[in-house]
Amino acid sequence: MFTYFIHRLTQSGVVLLVMSLIVFLGVFAIGNPVEMLINPQADEVERARATIALGLDKPIIEQYWIFLKGAVTGDLGKSFVYGTSALDLIMSKMPATLELAFSAMVIAVLFGIPLGMIAGLKPDSLIGRSIMAISIIGFSLPTFWVGLILIMFFAVQLGWLPSNGRGETTLLFGIPVSFLSADGLSHLMMPALNLALFKLSLLIRLTRAQVRETILQDYIKFARAKGLSNTRVIGVHMLKNIMIPIVTVIGLEFGSVIAFAIVTESIFAWPGTGKLLIDSINQLDRPVIVAYLMVIVTLFVFINFAVDIIYSWLDPRVRLGTTAGGGH
Amino acid sequence: MIRTMMLFGMTLLISLSVSAQTGATSTTKNATSTTKARDISIGLQAAITSMDPHYHNVGPNNAMLRHVFETLVKTDDNQKFTPGLALSWRAINDLTWEFKLRQNVRWHDGSPFTAEDIAFTLKRVPNVPNSPSSFATFTRAIVDIKIINPHTIQFSTATPHVLLPSDLSTVMIVSKKIGEKATTEDYNAGRAAIGTGAYKFQEYSPNQRVVLKANYGYWGGEEPWDVVTFKMLTNPAARVAALLSGDVQMIETVPTADIAKLSKDPKYNIVDKISNRVIYVHLNQSTEKSPPFVFAKDGKQLDKNPFRDVRVRRALSMAINRDAIVSRVMEGKAQSAAQLLPTIFYGTSKKLTPMKFDAEGAKKLLAEAGYPNGFAMTIHGPNNRYINDANIAQALAQMVSRIGIDVKVETMPSAVYFTRATKLEFGYMLLGWGTESGEQGSAMRSLLATFDAAKGMGVTNRGRYTNPAFDKLLAEALVTMDDKKREVAIIRAAEMVMDDVGLIPLHYEVSTWAAAKGLKYTARTDQYTLAMGLKPIK
Repeated sequence: MFTYFIHRLTQSGVVLLVMSLIVFLGVFAIGNPVEMLINPQADEVERARATIALGLDKPIIEQYWIFLKGAVTGDLGKSFVYGTSALDLIMSKMPATLELAFSAMVIAVLFGIPLGMIAGLKPDSLIGRSIMAISIIGFSLPTFWVGLILIMFFAVQLGWLPSNGRGETTLLFGIPVSFLSADGLSHLMMPALNLALFKLSLLIRLTRAQVRETILQDYIKFARAKGLSNTRVIGVHMLKNIMIPIVTVIGLEFGSVIAFAIVTESIFAWPGTGKLLIDSINQLDRPVIVAYLMVIVTLFVFINFAVDIIYSWLDPRVRLGTTAGGGH
Repeated sequence: MIRTMMLFGMTLLISLSVSAQTGATSTTKNATSTTKARDISIGLQAAITSMDPHYHNVGPNNAMLRHVFETLVKTDDNQKFTPGLALSWRAINDLTWEFKLRQNVRWHDGSPFTAEDIAFTLKRVPNVPNSPSSFATFTRAIVDIKIINPHTIQFSTATPHVLLPSDLSTVMIVSKKIGEKATTEDYNAGRAAIGTGAYKFQEYSPNQRVVLKANYGYWGGEEPWDVVTFKMLTNPAARVAALLSGDVQMIETVPTADIAKLSKDPKYNIVDKISNRVIYVHLNQSTEKSPPFVFAKDGKQLDKNPFRDVRVRRALSMAINRDAIVSRVMEGKAQSAAQLLPTIFYGTSKKLTPMKFDAEGAKKLLAEAGYPNGFAMTIHGPNNRYINDANIAQALAQMVSRIGIDVKVETMPSAVYFTRATKLEFGYMLLGWGTESGEQGSAMRSLLATFDAAKGMGVTNRGRYTNPAFDKLLAEALVTMDDKKREVAIIRAAEMVMDDVGLIPLHYEVSTWAAAKGLKYTARTDQYTLAMGLKPIK
């Protein structure tokens, strides 16, 4: 278990290193950040000063080396645009994005799994078929468009929900969250729904497929024959067995929910890291781009690790760290 | 399995509610949840990157910080100088300017404003760490500061510097007492954001919003608003939706597609104003032979650079139907241009008119210049910088191809485009220029004077146009201290360079603001959105 942990840690370290190098070279290849930020009225003296101030006069490898030295101590550089620590900037916006992503996953899981199970248990009924039809619409419609329609309908026409931004925040264990207040919830509802739609459809279809498969298994027949109630057969035995691929997918998808949040955050002006990242890319604010990607990679590593742990808990046959070929 | 899940859920719920009760020590209220009639929300198009007035010289920051800080010389909605923290100013000789300061002005913390604050500000401006674009360009001319008395200050320059009032209209004055030990972080946090302006700092959330509250003791009189919340809504559809749903009461930069609909809606009123931004084309004249992306139709390099011939430049200008671009691409929100600034500005010629569209005449001129069958070139432009820039580039391509030139179009994000354009990697470049000084002399110096980095001439002259006669005229004009004589000289220089087609001006952008019924915004040529300009209609 311990060796497995070390192994995973070194793997992640290598990924972080390679990824940061790619971003450095990538931004270098795109263009000159000074060109994006300097006021056109500025003279050559000013341009030269700005270039030196941002550390861009040095060769790219030396800039990378300086970055690495700082990264080891936790300093990922200062944002070119904001002048503040890039890592602090990202971490100050992270709670908003994580809250949005969590809410979206909660909606997707809370509605997706039960709906998928219904569709799987009653595949030929009206309700089963309509659930599947709605799921197709769910992953076909582009997030961008759905978000705008939601705003037009709920905010402009009906005036029930606010059209953008984050509501009141309260501190929970020192982190500002907005779902604990009515105002915060009203701001959170549409973006979370918008972001959840795709995952919801995915989970419905996945759960249904899993249910269709397990319902034919021998142990289900045996459990029914044994006289167990339907609730216990489905709610305990079947649920536990279909959860394994679902948990794996949820883990993978959670990462992509954080990534897809960019579109939703732009539409709803949700002050998260996605919006910050898009703006930073447009302005070639390299420290923020690098800091964001490193935080995200670390997050992905943790999520995948957590998924593996849950996986082994759900399925006692799985032992972490064993080779794929089978046990001893 | 279900039992463990339910147990987990219950513990989570209980711990959440407990911690929320005890941990809710800080609640940030959104302005809309405690809205009074005198609170207002405004939707902005670009993000504000700092509350330090000397950190980053960029339009959105400058507009925002003018609420909290003030300059010696202010500009009104037509960019004409008005008294700010200075009541009057004059050049007492060629190398010295004297500014008389406004009395009885107080900083937001109550301390009095004096000339010491100005001296401190001018020392701070070139020394802000990590600044991506500082204001040093505008304070560099001042070599000596003399404080005559707490309300009179003199600046000495090394050479005659006529643009000193204009330079000082960009530098916001900070308090010496607060600013001496303050860093950019202190300004962003609000600790050091103590100014003399009409509004006080309340909250700044990067990339999200700025909240300001009224300065009740402001020397300029009472403002109509108590709390102003600026929301950064960069997505155009979201910005319009915020206005329509009532989340904000005014927005800037109304998307072209929504202008028609909002104009007809009685619940909103749209104001527009011509801006100081001209959209133009620079032709790369730096190479002897073919400039980049310009070839003969068979793909071979050309012996001469066609853009160095004034007839080719004039033909390319005549090929453009500016009226069509204004009415079809810009949907009326633009004005055809004949020079670098609209005629309401200082230093513009009333004699110059936009080049008349004449495709046949253009073809003849091209033939006369030695290109009867035209040549081939690629038009380059940005796609996310100016209003409808990609569409303008495409319209230009269609128009230019009609006079016998084989045209390709390539647009790209500004992050890529401007770097390459500055390195002169393109031939026909679509560009824009906003003249912050409000007068044509400095615009011509940046865009059309022969490139000379050491002298600060032609810094943004990407076409590398060079005309010694024009340079001489312009250089003389720029050191003429008398306003009227200088304007005559600048106009002569402008007429010369536009006749020689130093660059091809297309149109001036028109800025739009949309406000809810009952509110009126005084539109500005510098494109700033200021709460001071928004007033309820009685």
